[in-house]
Amino acid sequence: MITLVDYDAGNTYNLQKAFAYIGVETKLTDDPAELLASEAIILPGVGAFQKAMSILETKKLDVTLRKAVGKGIPLLGICLGMQLLFDSSSEYGVTEGLHLIPGTVRGLPEKKGFKIPQMGWNKNRLCQPHSEFKILENKYTYFVHSYYAKCASKYVISEVEYSVAVPAVVQKENVFGMQFHPEKSGQVGLDLLKTFVERIVIK
Amino acid sequence: MLAKRIIPCLDIDNNRVKKGINFVNLADVGDPATIAAEYERQGADELVFLDITATNQKRATMIDVVENVSRQVFMPLTVGGGVKDLIDMQKLLKAGADKIALNSAAVANPQLIQAGAKKFGNQCIVVAIDVKKDPGTAHRRVYTHGGKQATEMDAIEWAKQAVALGAGELLVTSMDKDGTKTGFDVELYREIAAVVDVPLIASGGAGKIADFTKIFTEAPVDGALAASVFHFGELTIPQVKQALTAAGVNVR
Repeated sequence: MITLVDYDAGNTYNLQKAFAYIGVETKLTDDPAELLASEAIILPGVGAFQKAMSILETKKLDVTLRKAVGKGIPLLGICLGMQLLFDSSSEYGVTEGLHLIPGTVRGLPEKKGFKIPQMGWNKNRLCQPHSEFKILENKYTYFVHSYYAKCASKYVISEVEYSVAVPAVVQKENVFGMQFHPEKSGQVGLDLLKTFVERIVIK
Repeated sequence: MLAKRIIPCLDIDNNRVKKGINFVNLADVGDPATIAAEYERQGADELVFLDITATNQKRATMIDVVENVSRQVFMPLTVGGGVKDLIDMQKLLKAGADKIALNSAAVANPQLIQAGAKKFGNQCIVVAIDVKKDPGTAHRRVYTHGGKQATEMDAIEWAKQAVALGAGELLVTSMDKDGTKTGFDVELYREIAAVVDVPLIASGGAGKIADFTKIFTEAPVDGALAASVFHFGELTIPQVKQALTAAGVNVR
C-alpha cells in the first residue's frame, strides 16, 4: 500500500486522483503504524513551510517520516512536500525541516522579467542521465512556487531555468522530491508517478 | 523559461458544455470531462471553466463538473462564474480546481480578493476583467454580470487595484474584440502589463493563427484564451503552437 501523509496539505485529493487514474491505490493517513508499514510514502503540500512543519511536528509525523526513511521506505515529497525534506527554510524566518536531504529552502531571487511565484510550465533539464526519471529530459512540468531548494548538485536529478536554476526533481537514496506538480503535469506527470511506483516502490 | 500558455475556455450550463463543440467526433460533445480530455490530448496548457448557469439551484452541479474533470484530466483548471464567497471557492478548490476566477463579485466586494488570497494563496485567485471602450472616448470601462452591466471603473485602475489586493493573475477580456475574430486588443494588454507584475491572460478576438503570434510577440502576456476557434476546429492547438514556435515564442 502506498500512503499519503494526511496533514491538511492542499493538493492531496488531486494527487490521489492521479494515482487512481494510473491504477494505484493510495491511502490517506496520519497513523504512524500505517505509514511505517507502507510500501512508499507520499508527502504532499501546498502553502507555507512553517505551518506545514508545525502540523507535522504536532502530529509527531516528522519522527515517523525519519524512521520510515531509515527503514528504507521510499518517500516522495511533492511541491512544498519536497521543500520540507531539506534542513531548513527561510520562509518567514528560519524554520527547520525534516533534514532528510542536505540543503536549504530560499525565496526565488528577484530578476527582471521573472514573476514570483513561478507559475506555469517549465522545461526540465536532466542533470543525471541514468536516473530512473530520465523520461523528464526536455519535458515541461507544471510549477507553482515562490521558494526553491538550494542543495548540492549530486542531489539534483533535473532542474529548470528561472530567475535561478531551480531543482525540479531531487533524490538522496530513498528520499525523492518533485518541486512541480506531477498531478497537474499531464501525461508526463502521470508517467513520473508511474515510474516511481514501478521502479522505486518496494514490492 | 516558462512556456506561454494556450487556454481553451468552456462555458458550462447545468453540467454540460453549452456552446456547440464540433472539433472532433466525440460520442458525447456536451460532456465537460470528455471535451477537457480532448483538449489535454491536443496540448492545451490550462483550461478555464465558466459557470454560466443562471440559477443557484443548478449552480451546485459545477462542483460535480470540477470533481469529474479533475479525475480524468491532469492539468491546471481555472473555474469561475458566479463565485461569491470563500465557501464557494473552498468547495471548488477541494473538488479539484487550481485557481478561482472572480469577476462581478470582486467588483462588488474587492475585499473578497484579499480574503481569498489570504486563505488560499495569491496563486489561486484570478481576477477576470471584462473591458469595453466607451464610444467616442478612449475610456476603458469595466463591465460585470457577463458584460451586461457597466460600472464606473477604469480597467487599468481596476487591474492595479486587484493586484494590490492579492490577485495572482488577471484574465482580461476585450468585449470590443470578443466574437469578432479580428485579433486580440494588443494595446489593452500592453497598458495593463505596464502596471501589474502578475501573469496576464489575453481573451477576446482570436480568429486566426496570426492573432496568436501577434499578441505574444507584441504584448507581454503569459497566455491567450480562446473558445470558438478551438471548439469549432477552425484552429487546433498544435497548429497554433507550431506557428508560435516558428515565431520564436516559447511554448510547450
